[in-house]
Amino acid sequence: MRHQFELETAKTPEALKRIVIEPVSRVEGHGKVTILLDDDNQVHQVRLHIVEFRGFEKFIEGRPYWEVPVLVQRLCGICPVSHHLAASKAMDMIVNGGILTPTAEKIRRLMHYGQMLQSHALHFFHLSSPDLLFGFDSDVGKRNIVGVAAANPDVAKMGVLLRKFGQEVIRVTSGKRVHGTGSIPGGVNKSLTAEERDYLLKDADQMIAWSRDAVRIIKQLHKSNPALYDVFGDVPTTMVSLVDEKGTLDFYHGSLRARDKDGEVIFDQVSYQGYNTLLTEGVKPWSYMKFPYITTLGEEKGWYKVGPLARVQNCDRIPTPQAEEERAEFVAYGGTKPMHGSLGFHWARMIEMLCAAETIKDLLLDPDIMGTDLMATGPRREEGIGVIEAPRGTLFHHYRVNEDDVVTYANLIVSTTNNNTAMNVAVRDVAKNYLNGHEITEGLLNHIEVAIRCFDPCLSCATHALGKMPLEVTLVNAQGQEIDRMTKDSEGRVAKGAA
Amino acid sequence: MSDPKTFFLDEEEIPFEEGQTIIQAALSAGKFIPHLCYHPEFKPHGSCKLCTVRIDSRTVTTEDGQSVKIPGRAAASCTTPAQEGQHVESEVPEILDLRRTLVQMLLVEGNHYCPSCEKSGKCMLQGLAYDLGVMDPHFPQYFSKREVDASHPDILLDFNRCILCELCVRASAEVDKKNVFALSGRGNTKHLICNSESGKLGDTNMAATDKAADVCPVGVILHKRHGFEVPYGQRRFDIAPISDNPVQYAPVKEQV
Repeated sequence: MRHQFELETAKTPEALKRIVIEPVSRVEGHGKVTILLDDDNQVHQVRLHIVEFRGFEKFIEGRPYWEVPVLVQRLCGICPVSHHLAASKAMDMIVNGGILTPTAEKIRRLMHYGQMLQSHALHFFHLSSPDLLFGFDSDVGKRNIVGVAAANPDVAKMGVLLRKFGQEVIRVTSGKRVHGTGSIPGGVNKSLTAEERDYLLKDADQMIAWSRDAVRIIKQLHKSNPALYDVFGDVPTTMVSLVDEKGTLDFYHGSLRARDKDGEVIFDQVSYQGYNTLLTEGVKPWSYMKFPYITTLGEEKGWYKVGPLARVQNCDRIPTPQAEEERAEFVAYGGTKPMHGSLGFHWARMIEMLCAAETIKDLLLDPDIMGTDLMATGPRREEGIGVIEAPRGTLFHHYRVNEDDVVTYANLIVSTTNNNTAMNVAVRDVAKNYLNGHEITEGLLNHIEVAIRCFDPCLSCATHALGKMPLEVTLVNAQGQEIDRMTKDSEGRVAKGAA
Repeated sequence: MSDPKTFFLDEEEIPFEEGQTIIQAALSAGKFIPHLCYHPEFKPHGSCKLCTVRIDSRTVTTEDGQSVKIPGRAAASCTTPAQEGQHVESEVPEILDLRRTLVQMLLVEGNHYCPSCEKSGKCMLQGLAYDLGVMDPHFPQYFSKREVDASHPDILLDFNRCILCELCVRASAEVDKKNVFALSGRGNTKHLICNSESGKLGDTNMAATDKAADVCPVGVILHKRHGFEVPYGQRRFDIAPISDNPVQYAPVKEQV
């Protein structure tokens, strides 16, 4: 495994040139990359900084539990359904021990697979296809979705309509395309009418066909340029995801499985109820985003990646036929070892989009989605943990609710946070391989952004915490000399005094 | 039987019975006048001022022959008796601007986060804001520090959303005969309190079946363990905007 600390901190940063990519474009949220170079343009330090500051974990405290699934989805405007459902799953645990009626579970699955479809389509077509179709250092003026629409109108149209369909699935199941209210603790507030089902069903086959076309596009790119696509942003690392009891890919529910960089299973069928002992959230003074790692492996070796590339290679099979066929080809392409090149995320993501489109059709043909039994009851509990596979990876929601029905504790580990170390390692790999010793150009810097985009990070989601970030305030005089300093560590301990 | 008495609301003739206020007669005739603290089952309160109307404006001709409008008096239509031949202006720009400003001030005074509020879609403050075309709060947010009282087993109080309409105070006192609620403090420290030694709702004798539990026009008094059970599209003001529901409550004339 690549050493995560390589190029994290330069020995003499004050003697180096500093290049900043801010904001990182075509990702969700706000982040920046800083690169320190010496006079020979040798890279000494690369960091992906997340500069947003949110605070959801704190202000959820004291709120009534039934608000939480609706409140926390405001973390994100791209994959709110993931937060909506992860929080709902946690609150199901609290209100009835985690029971759902068949109709409620299938409506939630339909909503979630619609979310997966629209988010993956958005990322591939709108955010990443300009790099993939035109080249990483192509004309920056055309390297955007408008440029794609001009040069490849059919591809752009496919992307727009795939996303629209996914959003319509969300609207029909939750009331709105963004920030609906369909899922409530213990169930859902609506099922589908026959008209709603038929409205979605009429386009389902087209969505499956277009999703398959999208897989073919990215597959062809890999096969036409393996020297780039197979190794760019190479991050050989542990992979974590949910799988069902048979090891099959499942975005809505399952148990945790981890494979090491060579594909060997580290743990399997581990209940996510024990996530907080399984994982530890590390912190660094230069980022608002945490750095989780597998506790038993330690901070140095325990970092991992989540998301499409992890999921597709972690599972034993995909439950829908066309996506399974594509998964098998993907795995065969990688040979005996898993693929860790960051561009592999796109291929895996499109396989997942195909799986989502096929699953949506299957669910629409299931009569349970028009059932009337929407809510389940059961014994009340004080604590709930809900985990789901969001488009960007495994998403953890954990709450405690007291006997007065208000939240007393909230902890979220969002998908992008899980990938924090892996993203940093990927940008360092790209910086080392492409920037070292070269005259820095916009095209070269875009290589850094391409590596980040592979992970489809959602930086606004990933900066939800409050009160746990190490902070340092330094007071300097007009001559630049430090005259005072105050620091707060990750445990909240404050120390004052000049260095 | 003599002809019914009438007055004019925005030039439309409205019948009324002796003793009715302007808002009562208007709502009975299917004409909506915005309101928050008014409720036909309780004595008029006249505090929210949303129902303010302009009465008996006049137009005079000056010496040089120009027509000049002399504005009539502004009055709360919930406390002003209807009178024969009265000319009342409600849906006019000046009054609508006043109402819009009042709603904006209410929105910044409390902490009204509609996206995660269970009353969203059935909240009268939100309904009026949409109806009046409030596109932003306009004024700086107060960020008032207010608490949630979750001590009662069946009812939760979120004071963040209180608009001091006193409907709960009146319902508890006049219908439930319990005096659970009161207002305390003055000026911008005025706030809703519970009448118990601890100040907590859980130490009062309020029951979830009380009138006061269902009278709040905003999202302060909530039934616990129920939230977002009505899907989008089926909530009260999804079906029709607040002004298309002129009779928000069944008027109870004899209690006036």
